[in-house]
Amino acid sequence: MTESAAKKLPRIVVNEKLCKGCSICVDFCPTDVLEMKGSIAAVKNLAACTRCQLCDLRCPDFAIQVFD
Amino acid sequence: MSIPVAEKKEKVSVPFDYNKYLRPNKLPHIWCPGCGHGIVLKAMLRAIDKAGLEKDNIALVSGIGCSSRTPGYVDFNTLHTLHGRALPFATGIKLAKPEMKVIVVTGDGDALAIGGNHFIHACRRNIDLTVLVFTNATYGMTGGQYSPTTPLEAMATTSRYGNIEPPFDTCEMAKASGATFVARGTAYHTIELEKTIHEALTHKGMSVVDIIDACPTYFGRANKFKSATQMMEEIEKDGTVNVKQAANLPPEKLAGKMLRGVLHKVEKPEYCEKYDILIKEKASAKK
Repeated sequence: MTESAAKKLPRIVVNEKLCKGCSICVDFCPTDVLEMKGSIAAVKNLAACTRCQLCDLRCPDFAIQVFD
Repeated sequence: MSIPVAEKKEKVSVPFDYNKYLRPNKLPHIWCPGCGHGIVLKAMLRAIDKAGLEKDNIALVSGIGCSSRTPGYVDFNTLHTLHGRALPFATGIKLAKPEMKVIVVTGDGDALAIGGNHFIHACRRNIDLTVLVFTNATYGMTGGQYSPTTPLEAMATTSRYGNIEPPFDTCEMAKASGATFVARGTAYHTIELEKTIHEALTHKGMSVVDIIDACPTYFGRANKFKSATQMMEEIEKDGTVNVKQAANLPPEKLAGKMLRGVLHKVEKPEYCEKYDILIKEKASAKK
């Protein structure tokens, strides 16, 4: 892997129209990437994301996805 | 001739495109924040994609209840029927169109209380249906009454001093009634659930998957759970053991825990096939 590829950050998309603020993604994120901003999930620390997709898998509202 | 060289695959995470199977204008769905039904629906869509089923070749049938709102959001042939009567409607579809994949989504109250008789008889016939029972141990749509799977001593709006009725074990009941594929999954173990539903979809015969998910609004609030996450961790993660791991665990560690995974799988003659053979035999005898 090249140096630039190693630093490539994922893209986390939160659909604000669909997010209901249950905070499941925030609680289950193993590297603490997400936080609650009011009643909607938001990205806090993108560099820590390991692309494990747990937030996407456990989101009940089709509201969050991780793109490479 | 050149020898094909295996391409080195880089791990690229591409999220699953749920919009392929959804009716996007129907979202957001009606389920409460933290409700497990959405997680189960996503696992079901991934399992359907994995099984390579065509959208027009699937019929999704449901009864009444929170879980039974599922067909409204997906772009298959869908049917939202009477309370507890999803299985008779599904049986009718299957007999009229045996080549169609018929999936029934139903809640625990819908399947085991109101439609309890239909459930055991569909299992007995071994008709090729895939039944997903969303077990949230409460009647969420009507205000949190206790259901046939509410655990002993649990609080509900109709059991203010704790439930005194022992719950049903959906899997044991399906197995005893004659279903040929019986499994259990939880919304917490999403990937495992996806695999279990996929296995149920590819099984020929009655397949029942009991799916434990959380109702934070009624069951959670009445039983002093602080959040959906806490419910998922305490009920779904700590309350269940995978059936393969359970084989190596001492009985005291299994006390009070439900088994997860494929619990029963046998091959038996399927109802529609038997019916087809019978019709052909009788028709040829007449000639």
